[in-house]
Amino acid sequence: MKPILEVKNISKRFLIQHNRQPYLNMRDSIASVFKRTNSVSEDFYALKDISFNVQQGECIGIIGKNGAGKSTLLKVLSRITPPTTGNIISRGRIASLLEVGTGFHPELTGRENVFLNGSILGMSRKEIQAKFDEIIDFSGTEKFLDTPLKFYSSGMQLRLAFSVAAFLEPEIMVVDEVLAVGDAEFQKKCMGKMEDVNKQGRTILFVSHDLNAVQNLCKSTVLLKDGKISMTGESEIVINRYLHENSLASTIWTQTAQLNHPHFRKIDVRLEGKQPRLKLIVNSSIQCFPGMATSFISYDIFSRLGTPIAQAIPGAEPFIKSQDSVMHLATEIELNGFVPGDYYIDAWIGPHYSETYDWQKECIEFSIVESPVRNRTFPHYPAHGFFVPESRIM
Amino acid sequence: MEYEIKPHQKLNLGLKEIWQYREMLFFFTWRDIKVKYKQTVLGFAWAILQPLFLMSVFSLAGAALNIPSESLPHPLFTYSALVLWMIFSSGLSTAGNSMVTNANIIRKIYFPRLIIPISSILTSLFDFLMAFIILIGMMIFYHNRITFELGKFLLLFPVSIIITVISTFGAGSLLAALTIKYRDFRYVTPFLVQFLMFVTPVIYPISIFHFTAAKYLLAINPMFSAVELFRSGFNGQMPELRLVAISLFSAILIFIVGIYYFRKTEAYFADLA
Repeated sequence: MKPILEVKNISKRFLIQHNRQPYLNMRDSIASVFKRTNSVSEDFYALKDISFNVQQGECIGIIGKNGAGKSTLLKVLSRITPPTTGNIISRGRIASLLEVGTGFHPELTGRENVFLNGSILGMSRKEIQAKFDEIIDFSGTEKFLDTPLKFYSSGMQLRLAFSVAAFLEPEIMVVDEVLAVGDAEFQKKCMGKMEDVNKQGRTILFVSHDLNAVQNLCKSTVLLKDGKISMTGESEIVINRYLHENSLASTIWTQTAQLNHPHFRKIDVRLEGKQPRLKLIVNSSIQCFPGMATSFISYDIFSRLGTPIAQAIPGAEPFIKSQDSVMHLATEIELNGFVPGDYYIDAWIGPHYSETYDWQKECIEFSIVESPVRNRTFPHYPAHGFFVPESRIM
Repeated sequence: MEYEIKPHQKLNLGLKEIWQYREMLFFFTWRDIKVKYKQTVLGFAWAILQPLFLMSVFSLAGAALNIPSESLPHPLFTYSALVLWMIFSSGLSTAGNSMVTNANIIRKIYFPRLIIPISSILTSLFDFLMAFIILIGMMIFYHNRITFELGKFLLLFPVSIIITVISTFGAGSLLAALTIKYRDFRYVTPFLVQFLMFVTPVIYPISIFHFTAAKYLLAINPMFSAVELFRSGFNGQMPELRLVAISLFSAILIFIVGIYYFRKTEAYFADLA
């Protein structure tokens, strides 16, 4: 079968103008015909020679740093802006969701806006009518259907906007970062809806900074870097590569700044023991101050994708006392059954959970290579949890 | 459905695509009509009141200054031109600004951009329908002072509407495309509308000019033929055909130039908005 979307050698060039007003005006244009103005224009390629194919029913993630060209690629795919060179062959209708609530008008009522927005997103009137009750149900705004949108709270507006978008059922859906807003429960609802849409055999292109969401939703991922495709392949592999490229942490961390409050000066970690009984030894040097309140430290362990996994606090009573010196502290953390992967540590110090002296986020990193389960032949997926508890048949 | 996204685009009207997006066109028009009169006490009555007020002032001035009115009563003479003029003026001002006012949608969604100026014109046509009811009332009221021939009226009425629509559409799209690139045109549009009103025979008949050159100059205005043909449906006179032809030619020219420029530049509207 032919791919539903063929992207061939797409480039997009922008002219960046220096020393110019943000808007063109006639005077400048006319003047530039007669004399060479001192404005310098420079070619900037937001996309360079992008090619990939998407098969029907696939869900492709697009990741990359800010400015890597993700949004421009989506804009070209949704025909909002034409490519400078190259072409795209699409064998289905593309609906783009670069923003929710596009075209919402504050003076119109909720009901009217559902129809307007639905139509702008590419739904037919019949389709909207058929799904109207479901949309309103999903949004939970049935009481305010005939109230002008300007009287809605911003949360309600957002929920209504999401709900219309959630019932979009095009052959190809292009989604940009829209899930980054909205409350956690609603986000979950929307992710579920997207999975459903994908299961129905529809194709999704999903751009996000939420690597967890990309990994859960998309089988394969395109990594963009400076407008070029840096890697395509299985989501997990691509995401790991992306994280490695951008990681700053290492197994030894040192404070470089001079601080006048209690803080970590140096932290290093090492793994001891054998799977499934691994121990993480964390050696910290803590700069204490006279007159400081007796404090705790805590080490928070996160997955590569930022999911919190565990918090280790070595002691129920505060154990760092006021003194005018550096205190060395070795902590042993049991990591029984942790699955292979890369992990981050946040180091925190403070007298009470509500008061912080020092909080070093993702300052240190460690990797587990070996599986906690002997002779395991199938891989560990983050979707199945971060540790394998010991289990046996009774 | 298979299609290709390419760097350059063919130049045509894109009617097929507009037909595919007819529901969106409907919703844009519906929105503009709804929003226009939201939170107003008088609502749609404004569509009638605006030309009525202007008519009162103009016909008083016309009567006081003894301006000839082609044997028609002054109120009917000015109102009949005003209803047509309102299509042009409100259509042109909203269409001219439409790309800027809808920039948030243009930046996020693809659709044939022409449907935005089209919806501006449909909105002003809706106002025209309201105002037209009053015109019929006035024609009945003055029935013994007009020369009404049904056949002539039924022929000339749609022709004058079509001329109005194509000149509004052409000039509106041209201004819309220019405004999104050069924001100067935000100031040009209102001035242009005001200026054109005085060179269109709304208050005075073209016959008050005795110089042929002046007549030819005024006939360059595309709205000239629309107003003249519309009035001749019930004033029992024939307009000067040569002048009408000039005006008609200029209406068609502005239509072609406007659509051509709009279609040529529309691909980059999202980058400029």
